[in-house]
Amino acid sequence: MAAGSLTILVIDENRIRASIIEAGLRDAGHRHVTVVHDVAGIARRIAEIEPDVIVIDLENPNRDMLENMFQLTRAVKRPIAMFVDRSDQASIEAAVDAGVSAYVVDGLKKERIKPILDMAISRFNAFSRMARELEEARSELENRKVIDRAKGILMKSRGLSEEAAYALLRKTAMNQNRKIADIAQSLVTAAGLLGPPEGE
Amino acid sequence: MSMAHQITAGFMPLFDSAVLVAAAEMGFAAREGIALKLQRESSWANIRDRIAIGHFDVAHMLGPMPLACSLGLTPLASDTIVPFSLGLGGNCVTVSNAVWEGMAAHGAEPDLDPAGAGAALGALIRERAVAGREPLRFAVVHPHSGHNYELRYWLAACGVDPTRDIEIVIVPPPFMADALAAGRIDGYCVGEPWNSAAIAAGTGHIVTVKALLWRNSPEKVIGARKAWAEAQPDALAALLRALHHAARWCQTQENRDDLAALMAQPAFLGQKAALQMPALTGRLQLGGGAERSVEDFFLPFDKAANFPWKSHALWFYTQMVRWGQLRHTPENLAIARDCYRPDLYRAALKPLGVALPGANAKVEGALKVATPVGSAGASLVLGPDGFFDGQIFDPDRIDAYIAGQKRT
Repeated sequence: MAAGSLTILVIDENRIRASIIEAGLRDAGHRHVTVVHDVAGIARRIAEIEPDVIVIDLENPNRDMLENMFQLTRAVKRPIAMFVDRSDQASIEAAVDAGVSAYVVDGLKKERIKPILDMAISRFNAFSRMARELEEARSELENRKVIDRAKGILMKSRGLSEEAAYALLRKTAMNQNRKIADIAQSLVTAAGLLGPPEGE
Repeated sequence: MSMAHQITAGFMPLFDSAVLVAAAEMGFAAREGIALKLQRESSWANIRDRIAIGHFDVAHMLGPMPLACSLGLTPLASDTIVPFSLGLGGNCVTVSNAVWEGMAAHGAEPDLDPAGAGAALGALIRERAVAGREPLRFAVVHPHSGHNYELRYWLAACGVDPTRDIEIVIVPPPFMADALAAGRIDGYCVGEPWNSAAIAAGTGHIVTVKALLWRNSPEKVIGARKAWAEAQPDALAALLRALHHAARWCQTQENRDDLAALMAQPAFLGQKAALQMPALTGRLQLGGGAERSVEDFFLPFDKAANFPWKSHALWFYTQMVRWGQLRHTPENLAIARDCYRPDLYRAALKPLGVALPGANAKVEGALKVATPVGSAGASLVLGPDGFFDGQIFDPDRIDAYIAGQKRT
C-alpha cells in the first residue's frame, strides 16, 4: 500500500508546530491528514475520521483524557498501542525526548509507521530549536529593557550621564562576577522597594 | 557540594506532591546526600512514559497507577513499585451550583455526610432520568485513580450505577474548576486546591470528601521504576529517609505558612498561598458560605500515612476488577500484591528508630477509632480506616470481597 493511504490525525495546540508536521506528512505523500488544535469534541472527530495513526504533543494536558477515550471507544478502530513495537526502545526514547507521542491502531506494520514517527520527531526537534532561538532573542530584548531602566534610575538619582550609568553597572557586574542584566534587575527591584512609585 | 546520589523525580501540580517538593526544596534530600531534581509534568501519561524510558527514577503518582503499569493496563507500561505513600485523604467531590440546588431540594445538607449527599444526588439523578434529561457528567483525573474508584464506590453504595446512570469523563486537575464553570461537566472528584478553586470562584459546592468516604485512605504515592530501585538500593533508601523527614515537616503545624508559600510558587502550583490552606487545616469552605472542619482531611505524615500498605494496593485491585478494567486471576493478584513494598520502607527507615508497623496489610474498616498499635521501636497510632457504608475489606478474603461487589 502507498504511504498516502493511511489516515493520520495530528493533535497539537501549537498551530505553528502542527502546520509544520502537516506539511511534512503531505510532502511524504500522505493525503489524509487532519490537524486538530482544540480537543473539545474530539471524540466525534475521531469517530468521523477513523484515524490509523494519532500524533500528539506531550505537553498536551489532555493526554490522559485521550488515552481513556481510545480505550473506551468501541465504535471506531481502536488506536490502542503507543508506537508500534515496544521493542523499538530507541525510537520511543527519541520521540519522548522530542516531546511527541503516537497512537496506532492495532495490527499496523512497523515499517509503515516508522517513517511517520521519524518525520514527527525530526519536525518536533526542528520546532524546538526554532522556539529556543526565539526565546533567546526575546530574553535579550528583555535584558536590554531592564538595563535601560536601571540606567535611567542611576542617571536620575545620581546625576550621571548615560555612559557613566552604564559604566557603573558594568563595573559592578564585573566586580560581583554577575551579568549586567542581573545587576540591573536588582537595582530596578530595589528602587521599586525604596523609592516613591515610579508611576509605571 | 557534590552529592552521593542523583535522583530525578516527576510530579503533577497538586497539593499532595508537597512531601516530594519539600524534600527537594527544604534541604531534606541534600541532607541525605541526594541531588533531587524535580520536573513538573502536564499529564499522568507523561509521568508514566518518562518513568518507563528512564527520564525519571521516581515520581509522584496516583496510588493505583503503579498497579496499572505493572499489570500492563496502559501503553508503555513498565514494572513500577511503591516504596512510600505521599499521604492519606485530600480529595473532595464538587458539584455545580445547579446540581447542588437540585440535591438540596432532595434534602442534602451542607455537612459533607456521604450517605446524605449520596441519597440526595441519587434522587436528583432518578428525577432527571424520569424527566428524560441527559445524565449528569462527572469528571475524574484518570481511569486508574483513587478519585475514579471512590466516586464510583460512593455512588454505587448510594444506589447509583456509575456506569449507566451518569457519565464519567477524564479532565486534567487544573482544568476541573473551569470545566465546571463552563457547564462542560456537572461535578468532579479531584485533589486540592482544585475544589477550593471552584468555591473561591463561586461556581461549585463541595458535597463530600475522601476522608469521610474511606477514612485515612490512600491517595498519591512515590512510584519507582523497579529496575532503578533494584540497581540503586542505597539511593532509594536515602530518598525514603529524606521523604520521611520532609513528610514530618509538612505535617508540623508551625510550618503550615511556609509550606503553603512554597507550594504557591509558580514552579509548583502557581496558586495563591491562601488556596493551599484548606488542605493543610481541613477547614473547608463548601460554597454558599458553609464551612466544615474535617478531621484527618489530608495527612502527609501522621497515622502511618507514608506506609505503603498492601491492603491499600489490593483494594485498588478489587476496584479495577469491579469496573471491568482487569480480570481477577491468580497471576494478576500476585502482581498487585508485589507492587507495594512495605519491606523497602521498613528497611530504609529502620536506622532512624521511628515507629514502624509490624504488619504489611490490615483489615480496612476494622479500626473505628484512632488506635495505638504494636510496632518496632516507638509507639504508633493508626487512624480509623472505615468505609462510610460500614463495609470491611479483608485482604485475606479477596475472592469473597470481589464476589460481593455490585455495580449498584
